[in-house]
Amino acid sequence: MTTKDWLLDESPTSRMQANAGRAYRMGLAMLGNPLAMLGAAIVLVLVLAAAFAPWIAPESPVGQNLQARLLPPSWDHWMGTDELGRDIFSRVVYGARITLMIVALVALISAPLGLIIGAISGYFGGWTDKILMGLTDVFLSMPKLILALAFVAALGPGIENAIIAIAITAWPAYARIARAETLTFRNAEFISATRLLGASHTRVILSHVLPLCTSSMIVRVTLDMAGIILTAAGLGFLGLGAQPPLPEWGAMISRGRTFILDQWWVATMPGIAIIVVSLGFCFLGDGLRDVLDPKQGGKS
Amino acid sequence: MASQAKTIPSVTGWLRGLTSFVIVVLLTFLGLLAITFFIGRVVPIDPVLSVVGDRATQEQYDAARIAMGLDKPLWQQFITYVGDVARGDLGMSVSTNRPVSEDLARVFPATLEMATLGIIIGVLLGVPTGVWAATKQGTWVDQIIRVFALLGYAVPAFWLGLVGLAVFYAGLGWVAGPGRVDIFYEGLVDPITGILLIDSLLVGDTEVFWNALSHLVLPSAILGFFSLAYIARMTRSFMLDQLGQEFITTARVKGVPEWQVIWSHGFKPIRVPLITVIGLSYAALLEGSVMIETVFSWPGIGNYLTHALLNADMNAVLGSTLVIGSVFIFINKISDVLYRVLDPRSKE
Repeated sequence: MTTKDWLLDESPTSRMQANAGRAYRMGLAMLGNPLAMLGAAIVLVLVLAAAFAPWIAPESPVGQNLQARLLPPSWDHWMGTDELGRDIFSRVVYGARITLMIVALVALISAPLGLIIGAISGYFGGWTDKILMGLTDVFLSMPKLILALAFVAALGPGIENAIIAIAITAWPAYARIARAETLTFRNAEFISATRLLGASHTRVILSHVLPLCTSSMIVRVTLDMAGIILTAAGLGFLGLGAQPPLPEWGAMISRGRTFILDQWWVATMPGIAIIVVSLGFCFLGDGLRDVLDPKQGGKS
Repeated sequence: MASQAKTIPSVTGWLRGLTSFVIVVLLTFLGLLAITFFIGRVVPIDPVLSVVGDRATQEQYDAARIAMGLDKPLWQQFITYVGDVARGDLGMSVSTNRPVSEDLARVFPATLEMATLGIIIGVLLGVPTGVWAATKQGTWVDQIIRVFALLGYAVPAFWLGLVGLAVFYAGLGWVAGPGRVDIFYEGLVDPITGILLIDSLLVGDTEVFWNALSHLVLPSAILGFFSLAYIARMTRSFMLDQLGQEFITTARVKGVPEWQVIWSHGFKPIRVPLITVIGLSYAALLEGSVMIETVFSWPGIGNYLTHALLNADMNAVLGSTLVIGSVFIFINKISDVLYRVLDPRSKE
């Protein structure tokens, strides 16, 4: 029996084989979707750029060289230099670290929060559900960007506060999804069976309800990444997110604003980086949805 | 007879629906107020300090604390706050020295003007694009439209504004630059509605009208692109659902011309869900205008908000948040209700 046969076996004999087979089938489906592969490649490049920034970037992201101010793109400076003579390509590469950090932290704060609130709400139902979902709906019907702006205004500018503000506005969507998922199997027999075996509510939620919500959550979080990147860049652009001299892409666009008419590359290059990375997450999210969540697939 | 028997319960059903709608809207507004109250009073470490400054004496500090009502319990402060907002009192702006509500009434029409033109552009281009993509499902036309629509989720609005200014204003000279009108036209037309395009036509000043329009076109088109992306995506998905139905096949088999199949059989039923989509994207545009206004120095609510943010003018920040939030909620709920009223299937 070859490895492939073992993976695609219709009646797996162990849990490991079943999981490996499922992952293999998903991988195959992803490979057949060129846009999703492009998205995965972009995200991979982002991660690699963030991890190996010191080796990739030819120059320091903060080192100034006033002799080389505002040089157009050339062989020495692929994306030109900014008003302090810093190599924009190096700054964009280091900026990948900030973007990745923001995206990862927002996802790590808001997704579990939404997941737990949604699962509790759907699992217990009744008044718990009414109150939690009422709260979620109130947050859902607020304009996200404005709410994030107001939070940052109160907390004070800075990258940590920007992350908190974005996470506060991001969780309600996840709570909604987790609740809807939980409702579909709340009364399923395996849940009752686990309860009869004496498992506590906490245990049922943590080890039986939450794992079943994760795949739709992963899809949703990936699709939301682009929005998170744009909001973070917007906060940076307004001077409320990452502070100079940090090479955050939105803040870099804001600095380049003054030179947009004569030295177009200063503001344009970081913008292109934002677009490419956001598109990458959109493509990847679309592909993941087709694979993990076939009922939604291909519709929108 | 049977129809009369049906209308009576539906009137009470209507009333019940209306009451629950009003309750939901009121609760949501209360939630919005709770959030702005929380941001304004609870999140900052010391709201008194931000008013009196750190060189104030203890007596001045205490006096300010009592004047601001901060010595009272939190729930009492919240009730006072809700009462103030209900009376239209949003406090004074530190940077303009005027009541925030007055400032907001002055700047809001500019935002409304830009967002309205934006949604018109978005609908006029987005709906046909979506229908087109649906009829060409799977072809390269569909793929290009799909990528183009995804760009609407990936491009930062402020960046597109800057590049747009560089290309169409500085480079090609097709449109006017930042601001609402050229400096020598400013103040020529007294605000009547506050919407410059309408005001200039009302007084018959076509020169101001054309100038204002050339300033408005670029920011509105950029806003319109974002709603276009969303509207086209949703239209495509609604149309695909319709075109897969059996009555479409029947119509085709009967020999109905293809354009008629698409527009009267396929498109007619999706007009209702589209209204909700358009309402949602209109509300989103009011929010999205914050970034665009900053780039274009557009004297609207977004510009006012960002100025207030940078000057730590909390009353103005919270006032703007409240107004944008309220309009957002209102449009959302209205489009929700319109959907239920217009779609016969959603009636119980």
